[in-house]
Amino acid sequence: MSDTVIRVENVGKRYRIRHQAERERYVALRDVIAHKFRIFPRGQAGCGNRRSEEDFWALRNVSFEVKRGEVIGIIGRNGAGKSTLLKILSRITEPAEGRIELRGRVASLLEVGTGFHPELTGRENIFLNGAILGMSRAEIQRKFDEIVAFAEIDKFLDTPVKRYSSGMYVRLAFAVAAHLEPEILIVDEVLAVGDAQFQKKCLGKMQEVSRGGRTVLFVSHNMGAVSSLCHRGIWLEAGKVADTGPTREIVDAYLSANSKAETSVTELSGLGRIGDYGRKLRIERLEWVSGLPLHHGEAISARLDFRVLQDVDDVSVGIGFSTLEGTRLLTYETDFQDGYRPSLRAGKSCRAEFSVPELVLAPGIYTVDIGSRSGDSYGLDYLPGLCHVEVAMGKKTPGYIVRQGAGVRMPGNCKILNGSSPQ
Amino acid sequence: MSELIIEPGRAEKNYFGDIWRYRELFYFLAWRDILVRYKQTVIGIAWAVIQPLLTTLVFTIVFHRIVNLTAPAGVPYFLVVMAAQLPWQFFSTSLGAASNSLVGNANLISKIYFPRLIIPAGSVVTSFVDFLITLGLVALTMAWYCYAPDWRLLTLPLFMALAFAAAFGSGLWLCALNVEYRDFRYVVPFIVQFGFFISPVGYLSAKIPERWRLLYSLNPMVGVIDGFRWALLRGQTALWWPGISISITVTAAVCASGIWYFRKMEKTFADVI
Repeated sequence: MSDTVIRVENVGKRYRIRHQAERERYVALRDVIAHKFRIFPRGQAGCGNRRSEEDFWALRNVSFEVKRGEVIGIIGRNGAGKSTLLKILSRITEPAEGRIELRGRVASLLEVGTGFHPELTGRENIFLNGAILGMSRAEIQRKFDEIVAFAEIDKFLDTPVKRYSSGMYVRLAFAVAAHLEPEILIVDEVLAVGDAQFQKKCLGKMQEVSRGGRTVLFVSHNMGAVSSLCHRGIWLEAGKVADTGPTREIVDAYLSANSKAETSVTELSGLGRIGDYGRKLRIERLEWVSGLPLHHGEAISARLDFRVLQDVDDVSVGIGFSTLEGTRLLTYETDFQDGYRPSLRAGKSCRAEFSVPELVLAPGIYTVDIGSRSGDSYGLDYLPGLCHVEVAMGKKTPGYIVRQGAGVRMPGNCKILNGSSPQ
Repeated sequence: MSELIIEPGRAEKNYFGDIWRYRELFYFLAWRDILVRYKQTVIGIAWAVIQPLLTTLVFTIVFHRIVNLTAPAGVPYFLVVMAAQLPWQFFSTSLGAASNSLVGNANLISKIYFPRLIIPAGSVVTSFVDFLITLGLVALTMAWYCYAPDWRLLTLPLFMALAFAAAFGSGLWLCALNVEYRDFRYVVPFIVQFGFFISPVGYLSAKIPERWRLLYSLNPMVGVIDGFRWALLRGQTALWWPGISISITVTAAVCASGIWYFRKMEKTFADVI
């Protein structure tokens, strides 16, 4: 018997795009009727009302194999087909062509808390969510105490989850999912939610899962999580497999291909936020005024545009740089130097400017976090791991620094005083 | 170890085996709907009693007192309406619930695999719980009128099955259509309102002129309601066999075609919902 548990052969998924109907998410019957009963041809192309249909291949000729116990990271830009691939693997949608063999019980976790009902209590939701994820009632009952302990919500077990804080909600949801015991686990970007400590706990739990001989397919934008968790990486680009191989190599290849292509403006208003972030104040746009890549030792300037949705006091905004593993290295905040924190009225659009005379980050690739708070600690908006930026060598960067990898490098008065051996 | 093959068109095979394997999820979804239904209401489940009671009262006043329709000798008009209200209310609530069920569970459908059929089926089952409560109410009302049913009561489960099939079949059509064409959420209240008048809820189907009777019986609820009356009211409202058989045939056709259409469409639900 072979050890291959997932075999994907030439899988493709086609969507039909209707160009005109894009403004509406669903088709209205009137459109269909109008389309079917169009007696008079509408004249030439270019007529404003003409509807054109086009095939769009979200995936095409995707093939790979996964062995038992492997943890595979699937990476790629938004729209590269990662989610479509996971949806096909978890049978939510059918492929248009190709064939997939899966050996073993599959559980997929494309979202934390799928099917959670706000009116139901934590206890009830554990059972409901467990059943939705494919656990039997007996299985849930057996693991119930463990789940509650993992989520740390025992006091609120009989409270409707609509009264939970977003953190509790996510913890409970992940706790249920973490106690699934499938042979193949498919996980999509679920670690993007939850606080750092809980993320670590979840990563640990997943590592435990894979050590138990289970196979995990993991999609994430968090390159740190992918490289620390996965054995092998699959890089998808425009619906095709661009490369596969050991995670570290694939992540590096992916990052260097993408950080250069990164545009200097990132629109943020449409991005999903965790919990209440972005409700009172929403950061809408990040712009690297000095361009990308950034250069070590040289001046950088950046802008954040944000909109105030409710009156907020003592506002500050900031940009942080972290390693790919998620450790913060450097933070710039608007209230750092003089403690200036304006109070802003609802409806106002504001801009924060960051200008740094000398960037201390050594050449390498970093993730960017941006956020805003009111006062010392009340978070208004937070987008961790928003994008990757490359810091390139600056004019004054000595060559040997590049080989030492990322971190903060800045001048100081550091010298070896005496070159001779001690006497 | 179970092996699973995913290919275009593959879902066709062992479809009903899959439904059986997902029966626990089916229970849980039905349980959720029942649980959620009366949360944050003051009188809760009492609504399931008040609604049919009040509508029956109003219909009795309108059709009996104002329009002056009469019941067969010895049967209170209130009971005549009640016996029809019981399946009609079940049909209309389950039609409404089923047609919205897929769209209402869009997040589940786009995130988790399971046989989609269990969602509309679950919503019909949920409405069936209300039906059972109303059935208890009917029993109490009959006791109040000192009106005992006879052996015909034993045939009631057959008509219940017929009502269930009619609701399920039309529910399948509507929910599948609703996924693609949201127009149907406006169509359903209209069907329910219209259906009320072309079903013998407030009046007896014997009132329909003989030559229209066959056409009238194409409405599956006609057979269901006539059957309920016949079974509950000691056969004092006669059962018209040609009509019943037409209703049964139509119900079977709606049910079979509903399942066929649903299965044809369900592959694309996750893409269009």
